Order: sequence, then structure tokens, then C-alpha cells
Amino acid sequence: MEFFKRLMSPRRELSSGEVAKERLRLVLAHDRTSISPALLNTLKDEIIAVISRHVAIDVEEVQVTFSQSARETRLVADIPLLTGRRRRKK
Amino acid sequence: MRARVITITSGKGGVGKTTLTANLGVALAMQGQRVVAIDADVGLRNLDVMLGLENRIVYDLVDVIEGRCRLRQALVHDKRLSEFFLLPAAQTRDKSAVQPDDMVHVCESLREQHDFILIDSPAGIERGFRYAVAPADEILIITNPEVAAVRDADRIIGLVEAEEKGPPRLIVNRLRPGLVRRGEMLNIADVVELLAIDLIGIVPEDKAVLVATNRGQPLAFSDDGSLAGRAFHHIACRLRGEDVPFMTLREPGMLERFFRFVRSGGN
Repeated sequence: MEFFKRLMSPRRELSSGEVAKERLRLVLAHDRTSISPALLNTLKDEIIAVISRHVAIDVEEVQVTFSQSARETRLVADIPLLTGRRRRKK
Repeated sequence: MRARVITITSGKGGVGKTTLTANLGVALAMQGQRVVAIDADVGLRNLDVMLGLENRIVYDLVDVIEGRCRLRQALVHDKRLSEFFLLPAAQTRDKSAVQPDDMVHVCESLREQHDFILIDSPAGIERGFRYAVAPADEILIITNPEVAAVRDADRIIGLVEAEEKGPPRLIVNRLRPGLVRRGEMLNIADVVELLAIDLIGIVPEDKAVLVATNRGQPLAFSDDGSLAGRAFHHIACRLRGEDVPFMTLREPGMLERFFRFVRSGGN
């Protein structure tokens, strides 16, 4: 039964190799930039503060992360704007 | 003819720097190259025992630097090969006995007479690493497919790039194809993607490496077809500019193992 459950479940558990890769991806981004998780949070809070002074944003959905291509690291901020329609829904 | 100076380093200890240096040196010498292997791990020397030359040491690297002998006198000739020499580290001193400039001078004096100078770097990112990298034309970074080793390799890559030595190349050591197949080990593509440098070798986990080390007879000497031994020779070929495809590494399946067992008469 357990076997079928695992076969059918859409979200299988990651293998330890995949977990290792994901953990490394994050650790290397922090190491390379010397941006600690705490600093990343501070950046996120301040970005939210600056942007929302001018436009309405969905604060809960803001994401500030790293993106990697080769040995280049970028800071990526994904900031959903609250459009008129979504604002009314709330 | 001027030798290429190649430093082998890793950041983390115990990933296989010294084993690689010994085997690469032997493989290059077997391919007709004139090779010197320098043990830069002052205070914790081991390249001598890997090569089985521990009883032949008279002088060492620090004796040369401090002028107690000439460079030629400190080189230990490996008699199994026509042109392979070890320059041993001092065992009773520490890393403060060597400056980066000392290594540059030693390598400059060796360049004319040889084709390859391999430097076995100490672990870490402190002064031992600094002086081991100082004379290098090229750098090989060795790692294991494992979180801590890959993280440390990444640190080293950052430091090497700051030295403007040209892009380092990567060797993944102690790969276990069976674990990779089951998803329980980082695969080669993962490691290469994470570190984002060129790959020059893959060495599978192989108990023959330990056996060879026990005997002081590096695996690269034997032609018994061990996978790791072949991998070392392939790296040597690639260093010399040959285009050798990477081995396909896979664990034999159940059936294959059964038939091997039967054929070997149950041994």
C-alpha cells in the first residue's frame, strides 16, 4: 500500500543527493557574496519599506533570493504589485 | 623546454590531494614526462609514504630554502621510473619556514630540467595554501561529491580566481556510482554546475587505492585495469592536451555480479 501511495503521490520526497544540492546552492550563494541570511532579511524589509512608500505591494508575497549563472550571483527581488482588481478582492 | 607548475589543492583535508599528486606524478612519468613532485605540507608530510620513498629522504624543502644543501641533493629519485623525483617537505618544522617567494625560486630552478612540477598543497586557506599556489601556472582543485568538500572547494576557487592564475580545473574524487544511481550522492553534473569550473577528471571510489597506499606503490604503476588507476592516467593525458573521453561509471547490476561470482569460482 505504502508503495502505491508513493507511486501516486505528486510530491515525492527528495533524495538525499537532491537535498545536498539544494542546500549547497544556498550555502554557496551566501559564502560567495558574504550576505548572511540575516542580512538578506534586512535587505528584504528595507526594499519593502522603500517600494511601498510609492506603490501598493503584496508584502506577504515579496521574495528576495539569489540567482546563479556560472560563477555570477545576482540578488533577485520578486515584488507583486497590488493592482486595482486584487485590491478590491481583499 | 620549460616545466608547467601545477598545484593540487582542495581546501578541505582528506579528499585525496596527496593520493592524486602521487598518482598523477607516476602516470605522467610513465608517459615519458620528466616530473618533480613537491610536498608543500611542511610539518605533516605524507607524499613520501604514498610513493614508498620515506626511507630515501636525506634533505628536504626547508633545507633547500635555508641553504643547507643544493636543490639537486634534496631531490629523491624514484628508481622505478627514469624521470620522477620527490622534493619532500620538512617534518620537524612548520609552515612559517616557507615564504611564497621561496616556492617561486625553487620552481624556477627546476623548470629548465623538467616537464611537470606538481605541488601537493596543504589543506586550508592559510599560509601553506598561499605559498603552494604562489608559483603555480595552473591549479587543479580536487573535491568529493559531498556537501562539506564541495563548499570548501568553492571557497578555494574564489581565492584562486582572485590570484588571476587562469581558471582552475576540477577533479571529483571518490565517486560512488551505485549511490549516485540511487540518488543518494551528488552526481558529477550537480558538482560541476554548483562549482561552475571545467572538469578534468572523475575518480571512482576504489579499494585498490588503499591497498596501493599500504604498499607505497601508487595505483598508477599497475596495469591491472583498476578503475581509479585508469582514471589517474586519463587525467595525466588530459593535462598533456589529449582529448580522452570520461569513463562511463556504473555499478554492476545484480545479475552481472552473480555471473561474475560464478565465473570467478565463488571467490
